[in-house]
Amino acid sequence: MEITNREIQVAKTSTELTFQDILGAWKVRWGINRMNYKVEPGLYSVGKPDSNSPVMVSANYKLSFDMLRKELKGLNTWILVLDTKGVNVWCAAGKGTFGTQELLNRIAIVQLAKVVSHRTLVLPQLGAPGISAHEVTKYSGFKVIYGPVKAKDIPSFIHSGMKATEDMRTVRFSTYDRLVLTPVEFVGTFKVSLMIFGILFLLNILGVGPFGFVDFYAYMGVVIVGCVLTPVLLPWIPGRAFAWKGWLLGLIWAILVNVLNGWPTVPQYSILRALGYLLILPPVSAYYAMNFTGASTYTSFSGVLKEMRVAIPAMIISIFLGAVIILVNNFIIL
Amino acid sequence: MKNYYLKNVATLKLESPKCTGCGKCIEVCPHQVFVMREGKSVIVEKDRCMECGACVKNCPFNVLEVKPGVGCASAIIIGWLTGTEPSCDCSGSSGGCC
Repeated sequence: MEITNREIQVAKTSTELTFQDILGAWKVRWGINRMNYKVEPGLYSVGKPDSNSPVMVSANYKLSFDMLRKELKGLNTWILVLDTKGVNVWCAAGKGTFGTQELLNRIAIVQLAKVVSHRTLVLPQLGAPGISAHEVTKYSGFKVIYGPVKAKDIPSFIHSGMKATEDMRTVRFSTYDRLVLTPVEFVGTFKVSLMIFGILFLLNILGVGPFGFVDFYAYMGVVIVGCVLTPVLLPWIPGRAFAWKGWLLGLIWAILVNVLNGWPTVPQYSILRALGYLLILPPVSAYYAMNFTGASTYTSFSGVLKEMRVAIPAMIISIFLGAVIILVNNFIIL
Repeated sequence: MKNYYLKNVATLKLESPKCTGCGKCIEVCPHQVFVMREGKSVIVEKDRCMECGACVKNCPFNVLEVKPGVGCASAIIIGWLTGTEPSCDCSGSSGGCC
C-alpha cells in the first residue's frame, strides 16, 4: 500500500486593503456583482504564523474576508476560509453552508492538524447558527471558541486571552449599519419601478392618463421613503412592525405630495386624486420597508410572518382601491 | 438605541430540568436572551429572540427548541410564490440579507 503525502497549501494574504478591494466593497454595497464576490476557500496566513498561532475561521464572501484581515494588523494568524458560495458568515450559517459539515471537511482538506500544534478554532459568533461546537470537537478534536461579532474587536479579544465580553457578543444595528444597507435595497427596486412606469405610459397612450411628473416624483419619493428613510429612522418611528413604520412615513409623504399640489385649496386638484395618493403611496412604502426585515439583525421568522399576514392583504386592498379611484378621477376630468 | 420587534411571537423554548448550566447558549446568543440563574440558563428576553437557532445548534444536551427560519419578508414571499421553504437565496435581486 502506498501512502501519499498531500502537500499543505497555504496562501499568503495581507492586512492592507488595496484600491481594488475598496472599490469592490463599494460596488457590492450598490448591488454590483454582489452574488459573485468570492475568495478561494482554504488556508491563508497573515503575518508570520507558526504552529502555535490562532486559527480564525471565515466565509468566502470577499467582503467578509477583507473585513476580517484588515483588523489583523500586527498579528500572526491563520485564516481558514470555508466555502460558503460567496455568502457572508451570518446568512451562510442560517443556510447551513457555514456549517459543521463544511468546517470538518475544510479542516481535513487543508490538513489543519499538521499545520498547528494546538487544537483550537476561533469562529465568528454569527457563525453559531450553522455550527455545532460540540460536534466539531467530537469529530475533529478541535475545540471551538466563538469570537466577537465584529472583526474590529478581534485584537482585544486575542489580547485578553480569547475572552469575548458581553459587549463583543451583542449584535447591534446602528444608524450607520442600516445606512450602508440601503443602496442595495434602493437599486433592487429599479426593475419593478421600470415596469410600473411602463404600465403608466401604456395607460397614457390608451387615453386613461394623464400620468405625469407629479405621479413620477410621488412614486420615486415613496420608494426612497420605504427603502432609505424608514431603515435609517427605524428605531425612532413609533410601532414595531416594519410594514407599519413604512406605512406611517409613506402616509406623511402622501399628505405632503397632496399639499404641494395645492390640495385642498386649489379646486382643480380633486379630492379623488388626493384620496388615490393616500391609498396607493403608503402601502408602497410599507412594502419596501417590510422587505428591510431581511437586512435587519433582529427580526424573527415568526414575527415577519405575523406582520405579513396582516400587511399584505391590507396593501393589496389599499392599492387596488386607490388605483380604481385614480382611474375614475381620470375619466371624470377627461 | 435598542431595537425591539413584535412581542410574544418567538417560538423559543427551554426545558429547564435538563439544563446543566454549561452556558453555551449565553455565549452564542446575539441578543442576550438568556442569563444564568442558580446554575441554569433562563430565558429573560424572549421578545428579543430572532430565531436564528444558534443556541439550539450549540446546546450539547438538547435542552432548547426553536422553529428556525429566516426573518426576511422577501424570502417568505418567494417561498409562497414558488411553493418552497423560505431561504436566504436572494439571488442578487433584493434584500440585503445575503
